[in-house]
Amino acid sequence: MIERLLIHFGFAFVATICFAILLNVPRHAFLAGGLIGGTTWDLYVVIYYHLHVGLALSNLVAAILIGILSMVAAKLQRQPMILYNVPALVPFVPGGQAYKVVRYFVLGNYGVSLGYLYQVIVIAGAITLGFGLGDLINTAIYGRHHWHAAPFSQLKGWKKRD
Amino acid sequence: MTQEEMNLAVSTCLLAGQILIENGSNMERVNDTMYRIAANAGLKSFQAFTTVTGVVASSDHCANAQVVDVRIRRNDLTRIAQVNAISRDFADHKIELKEAYQRLSMVDQTSTKQPVLLQCLAAAIMSFTLMIVFTGDTQDTLAAFLVGGSSYWVYLWLVSTFRVRYLGEFCTALMIGALASTVVHFGLAQRVDDIIIGSIMSLVPGVPITNAARDIVSGNGISGITRMLEALLTAAAIGCAIVLVLRYL
Repeated sequence: MIERLLIHFGFAFVATICFAILLNVPRHAFLAGGLIGGTTWDLYVVIYYHLHVGLALSNLVAAILIGILSMVAAKLQRQPMILYNVPALVPFVPGGQAYKVVRYFVLGNYGVSLGYLYQVIVIAGAITLGFGLGDLINTAIYGRHHWHAAPFSQLKGWKKRD
Repeated sequence: MTQEEMNLAVSTCLLAGQILIENGSNMERVNDTMYRIAANAGLKSFQAFTTVTGVVASSDHCANAQVVDVRIRRNDLTRIAQVNAISRDFADHKIELKEAYQRLSMVDQTSTKQPVLLQCLAAAIMSFTLMIVFTGDTQDTLAAFLVGGSSYWVYLWLVSTFRVRYLGEFCTALMIGALASTVVHFGLAQRVDDIIIGSIMSLVPGVPITNAARDIVSGNGISGITRMLEALLTAAAIGCAIVLVLRYL
């Protein structure tokens, strides 16, 4: 169990850093991104393969954790959050399932193909929802500081309409 | 505030927005950075209309609206970090508006590309690590390493030479399939599927998909749907190539 987790952590760590190189992430963000990727992948392995709670919930929890940890790293290093959460997501991309959709479709086995398509949609949806929920939790912790345009009718220096 | 300063401030906001969009930032960050620079530069009622393909901005309801046409799509997070640093420095009054504009144009002009060999090595290592993570197959490590690295080299060459958007991914996926089949045919590896799954991961449009989801959630509908379409087209290009390989090889 521990061995398996360590092996998975190592591979996810290396894969995250390699994807960060492909996306041209600055070097000082590599270590934090790799640690986030490895940790969340380990959590996913524990939840999915040992607790058996299903595909959707395990991806959702992992995505929420990626969002929160990325925000922590971004605040610590004073960098944009996108440097951490995009590389850390790479082990969760449903590449294997997407490939199997195509493979069984070509073989004419449409039932199996649809089953894998369902898995791809569930994973993609769960990750999207998880990122949204992670943002929500970050807003609850750090507050929202986004700047927006004021509505056109409330601008200063404009005469009020009668 | 003179007219010239006002124009320079609008230009600075537009340049920051252009760099961010070109290099794959989500729209919320683009809007946030532009409005922040505008507020710190002293523009009174800054308005920006941002999409993935272009930006329009004006200030103080004067005849000073400026437009930027955005054509390039890259995933270069270094430049996003640099624009973020410049915006922070400007907000802390460490630099003047003119210096901010100059530094932004430096960011836009200087190349931040990594060496091709390093990128190929990263793609190769990512191919076999993800293959092991996804499938648990440890016998075909060397094959995945070689196929992933060489195909990513071809991808970089295609993109830099022909500058086509979806055909680069299509041709690379064709090559991945062909190479994997060849390697297995000559008995150097066991399973075609695992090698393809690992090697294809360096082509997957991770940044556009993430950005599309975040844009749609944050209410930037036009950008979100455009990016979603781009990501789906890339995925479809890869899928078509794999279909061709599996059907005829």
